[in-house]
Amino acid sequence: MIEIKNLHAKVDGKDILKGVDLTIRPGEVHAIMGPNGAGKSTLSYVLAGREGYEVTDGSVTYYGKDLLALEPEERAAEGVFLAFQYPVEIPGVANTTFLKTAINAMRKHRGEKELDAMQFLKILREKTKALGMSDDMLKRAVNVGFSGGEKKRNETLQMAILEPKFAILDETDSGLDIDALKIVAEGVNALRSPERSMLVITHYQRLLDYIVPDFVHVLAAGRIVKSGGKELALELEKNGYRDFGVDEAA
Amino acid sequence: MAAQPETIDQVRAVTEQKYKYGFTTDIESDVAPKGLNEDIVRFISAKKNEPEWLLEWRLRAFRVWQTMEEPQWAAVSFPPIDYQDAHYYAAPKQKVGPKSLDEVDPELLATYAKLGIPLREQEILAGVEGSEGKSPSIAVDAVFDSVSVATTFKAKLEEMGIIFCAISEAVQKHPDLVKKYLGSVVPYTDNFYATLNCAVFTDGSFVYIPKGVRCPMELSTYFRINQANTGQFERTLIIADAGSYVSYLEGCTAPQRDENQLHAAVVELVAMDDATIKYSTVQNWYPGNAEGVGGIYNFVTKRGACRGKNSKISWTQVETGSAITWKYPSCILQGDNSVGEFYSVAITNNRQQADTGTKMIHIGKNTRSTIVSKGISAGKAQQTYRGLVKILPKAEGARNHTQCDSLLIGDACGAHTVPYIESRNRSARIEHEATTAKISDDQLFYCRQRGISEEDAVSLIVNGFCKEVLKELPMEFAVEAQKLVGISLEGSVG
Repeated sequence: MIEIKNLHAKVDGKDILKGVDLTIRPGEVHAIMGPNGAGKSTLSYVLAGREGYEVTDGSVTYYGKDLLALEPEERAAEGVFLAFQYPVEIPGVANTTFLKTAINAMRKHRGEKELDAMQFLKILREKTKALGMSDDMLKRAVNVGFSGGEKKRNETLQMAILEPKFAILDETDSGLDIDALKIVAEGVNALRSPERSMLVITHYQRLLDYIVPDFVHVLAAGRIVKSGGKELALELEKNGYRDFGVDEAA
Repeated sequence: MAAQPETIDQVRAVTEQKYKYGFTTDIESDVAPKGLNEDIVRFISAKKNEPEWLLEWRLRAFRVWQTMEEPQWAAVSFPPIDYQDAHYYAAPKQKVGPKSLDEVDPELLATYAKLGIPLREQEILAGVEGSEGKSPSIAVDAVFDSVSVATTFKAKLEEMGIIFCAISEAVQKHPDLVKKYLGSVVPYTDNFYATLNCAVFTDGSFVYIPKGVRCPMELSTYFRINQANTGQFERTLIIADAGSYVSYLEGCTAPQRDENQLHAAVVELVAMDDATIKYSTVQNWYPGNAEGVGGIYNFVTKRGACRGKNSKISWTQVETGSAITWKYPSCILQGDNSVGEFYSVAITNNRQQADTGTKMIHIGKNTRSTIVSKGISAGKAQQTYRGLVKILPKAEGARNHTQCDSLLIGDACGAHTVPYIESRNRSARIEHEATTAKISDDQLFYCRQRGISEEDAVSLIVNGFCKEVLKELPMEFAVEAQKLVGISLEGSVG
């Protein structure tokens, strides 16, 4: 279980999160929606532990542990996964090498035996096939020359291989056309399980047609101002964020 | 990211510990008195029991050297070197000319074992146990301070007519070959450091591959500076006769000392018709500490002559050590259709300085050259790629492709690219590409979010950046080089 209590955070000296409260139980999918500048990406970076995102108050308890006390790589090994809005390119490093390094670093942290090349390839092939991805993408350098859709599918593949307990999807729909969006959403849906919780961050309701959440929260000006079921998303789509004191046209 | 005091401490701790070759070995040695004059040159020559012509050659070089000045054009700076304040000869004391490995000082063997060099033939053989009939993959010549102490697999190579021995031994046993080729690629008047080497070189490796022979194993030399206040001046000469092939590896380490030590080596390669020489270096001399105290001055002249048609010389270097590196492995492409290649990874951290690159001199028709240089700078290090591509009037159809990439880590280091291109033939095609990049915070965070620690992330990203070059290394070296790349940059981010 993940419990976020009264979370305050600063970026470049500016208060962005101003008291976020949120509880996510295993297996639940929560969506966070909100206007630009509400603090959506800040929340995902704070949870993942990015440098420069300073927590000034509040706590995050992750399966009984103080998440904020852990280094980013420790959080990852504990099962926190962030699907990036803009996946980063790493020239010269093959996707396969990257994934093998990642999974073995995590296994080592957890005191598990590292996978050898054969064991790893077996897992990789299974997951790649399940996601309908081509082997060609595995040989290419991490995200280099990938289309927007390929990048997001690559994030999904990483999630499938690393098997997180808590996945944060930061604006996964950005830069995708409707076909690519469907493919990525299918991949994500295939990874839903009773043990895995997800936090889906998005600006638009569109994504939630495909990844249907259990709960929807509205983040505005650094706080969750409204929570509800999936129907809340449709309401927002109709009325925009005006009801929360935000003028989108501005 | 501003460097926090803790980060600086961490970097210091890491750099000071991480040079695992920084030990010294307690061995009695035979040392010439400090200083450099004609008597010292004669002393060295006499110690080596050299023929008159070689002594005369050394003395000519010494006289020329006295009139020369240190080159000033490289982008490196260091306090003046007092050439009279060093020993020019240091040899581990032992019975003259060990007949076999059993006669070599066990301390020496222990040192090489510590360095991970499979000096003993048994050990190498043990490594390939079970694979019967498979030939061992490496023959080693070990040079300790200035003297070659052991060469493995000599007998096996001799069966094929391959000569692989210390150059001092070659002077005694194969004087005609040495006399014919020594100084034929790098003349004794070449440059300040090479000329100094001609006067005082003490040992090094000699290789001759006869016509049509493909050398069945990698030949390797490990250089080790042990003695304090000594310079190391080794000389390597490799001759590949018509239609032959050889792959040669060179590795170097030195103890951690507060004073700077000079390493001024000369390597000459000669490739005849249809011959190929592949020369790989993993240079890991002690780089000095984080404040720039100590470390090796690596002032080396390496040059290969593609004398025959269709010959090929390929240099691959991974340079991670030394306080200062001044090194330009070059190819003289004399034979028609000959090929020169230069693949380089140079890593400088802390206060290391490197001015390195290559020269490709196209003389023959349809000569081709490829240059791939990857420079990585971290800490307060400064690095320069300096390269010359020269096409002479008769080099009809000559082609060159140069790719020069720099990667910066942190904001206090520098990378510079200085390509010189001279073409005197209209049919020549010359291409030059250059890029500069930084390891971004985005990349580091992305890796860390996937469970990879910051240092492993740097190593992963840098290895990716160097991949094109590392894949040119023979298998035995590639793994070592990859690890070295990681170790050299530990503590460079924080």
